[in-house]
Amino acid sequence: MGCADSLGAISVNVAKRTFDAVIVGAGGSGLRAALQLSEAGLKTAVLSKVFPTRSHTVAAQGGVAASLGNTTEDHWHWHMYDTVKGSDWLGDQDSIEFMCKKANEVVIELEHYGMPFDRTDAGKIYQRPFGGHSMHYGKSPVMRSCAAADRTGHAMLHALYQRNVRAHTQFFVEWMALDLLRDANGNVLGVTALELETGEVSIFHTRATIFATGGSGRIFYSSTNAFTNTGDGLGMAARAGIPLEDMEFWQFHPTGVAGAGVLITEGVRGEGGILRNASGERFMERYAPNLKDLASRDVVSRSMVTEINEGRGCGHDKDYVLLDITHLSPEIIMKRLPGIREISIRFAGVDPIKAPIPVVPTCHYQMGGIPTNYKGQVVIPKTGNPSTPVHGFYAAGECACASVHGANRLGTNSLLDLLVFGKSAGESVVADFKAGQLEFKPLPEDAAEKSLARLARLEFMKQGNTVHDVRLAMQRTMQKHAGVFRFKDLLKEGVTHILKVAEDAKETFINDKSKIWNTARQEALELDNMIEVAKATMISAEARKESRGAHVRDDAPDTPEHPNGRDDENWLKHSLWFSEDNHLEYKPVHLKPLSEDVEPIALAKRTY
Amino acid sequence: MTVNRGKVRWQCRRSLLELDLVLARFLEQEFDRLDDSQVADLEDLLRCDDYDLWALVNGSKPCEVDRWHKTVDQLRRC
Repeated sequence: MGCADSLGAISVNVAKRTFDAVIVGAGGSGLRAALQLSEAGLKTAVLSKVFPTRSHTVAAQGGVAASLGNTTEDHWHWHMYDTVKGSDWLGDQDSIEFMCKKANEVVIELEHYGMPFDRTDAGKIYQRPFGGHSMHYGKSPVMRSCAAADRTGHAMLHALYQRNVRAHTQFFVEWMALDLLRDANGNVLGVTALELETGEVSIFHTRATIFATGGSGRIFYSSTNAFTNTGDGLGMAARAGIPLEDMEFWQFHPTGVAGAGVLITEGVRGEGGILRNASGERFMERYAPNLKDLASRDVVSRSMVTEINEGRGCGHDKDYVLLDITHLSPEIIMKRLPGIREISIRFAGVDPIKAPIPVVPTCHYQMGGIPTNYKGQVVIPKTGNPSTPVHGFYAAGECACASVHGANRLGTNSLLDLLVFGKSAGESVVADFKAGQLEFKPLPEDAAEKSLARLARLEFMKQGNTVHDVRLAMQRTMQKHAGVFRFKDLLKEGVTHILKVAEDAKETFINDKSKIWNTARQEALELDNMIEVAKATMISAEARKESRGAHVRDDAPDTPEHPNGRDDENWLKHSLWFSEDNHLEYKPVHLKPLSEDVEPIALAKRTY
Repeated sequence: MTVNRGKVRWQCRRSLLELDLVLARFLEQEFDRLDDSQVADLEDLLRCDDYDLWALVNGSKPCEVDRWHKTVDQLRRC
């Protein structure tokens, strides 16, 4: 590359900053973890690409699940059952027990931090029903979701941020972490990071590193995720030799605006919205005669894709279906769905009072991630133990795989996940610190070299592929080959294609070589991370020869031997993808709960 | 004081996809034509909370700050 001399020169300028802990990401899980550390007196740095309250947690509307039982009878056993069933039995039952048991505690803590939950007349936290949550082990719906109107994530993030300010957490805002630092023994020593304002690289040398970087939904062409969701933590972990777990499992929301991805909430169908194909047929009557348009997310998404694949889609390319609310009175639409009308007019060019909204199933949430245990410790296979903690490394929230969502996440469990495991990761760091197990390990002299080489490549490349073109090729490949429905041949082709795109990503170049606030460089660095997630997803999906939860293959249909196409005999196991050579390993699902307070949830067919 | 355009460009990264999409169009169509004072006004506007900003952009909330009017109007057309 001809830049070795320059690398040496840059290397001299790398500042070293020392903290007890660094947390990468300032969304819900990062802020919850930071609070634990700062309140325990640990010197803590939180790095965030954007101002903390602009993290994507803000977009979460539905609520946070907790079996408080304020409105209807409830029990954490029932919540655990629902979560295990929702996960299609791929979730680890020890982590799920831990999460459901802790839910009340973390929600009430949040209330004490000033979170403005909706209230019952008696002044308790108001709870509302949500898909997949039930009482008495699936018998009837339960009211378990604690919400602050339709802005639960927003209220949560602000409450946590204010609390962190009070706890004197040190924020490094508009800093992008570049690479995870490990020594020759695999111990994690911190991260390198780029300050956008100066263009300078620093090493954050720490006793503990917590990744809380959120999801990676931007790897798909059609995504509900904000632009910031580029899987930075997953990319950094993968490049540093940490495997990614269960990356074949992605949740698609049925109603993203075609071409834009912006979410049209399920509430629209709750108000009477109907999905129609090109001939105007209410096609959900054929797929889910009872629940019709209100069937679960995965069922509706797959039905929509079937309509499109069989030529009954709408528009010139027959590549979307319609969400029709024209039969509702304009008064109801204006009163109950005003935000949806705004979104439809702006992003679909359609006033839903007069015409139906073009929608497609849209990538929404990643169930897999950096493998962790219920304590938030990152775990990898080592010397016969598939879940050996990595010294000094922790992860929480959407970037982590604890695994509580398994093959499919229930609504309102994501905000719970980030609270419980953000806190748990923080508690683990504090406990390990107090036990004297988190000493500073020496930094290798070349600690920053990999990051500097990445920057130098972008600096010195005079021609190559544009970031825009490679990103688009990746997104289109993922959408076509690893979408809602998966096909054997398409997956095989998809692996070949995505590996080619990954090669192209090594040859990106940027015209803008400026040092400070260089957004082109930012996007190139983010692409490095996204491409790791894309490879992990495609390769893991191609390899899993069953249907389970969100991963549904046409060659693994519903049969008496394999209900819903699920093959527990061969595939009741977690995937682990390794970036270095794209190989996969597998590890067992934890079918035993954490304690004897609850019986294991026995394997069964997932039906609603 | 001159505002760094790259900084303002980066601050168009938001928590909501709705805003990302509108601001991306704005950056593509309008940004390079803005003079320094307009860039400064945009930077000021971008300090808003995301739901407030979205309400301004989609018109459900009136713009009550005079120096934001032009930018908000442009964003509403994006």
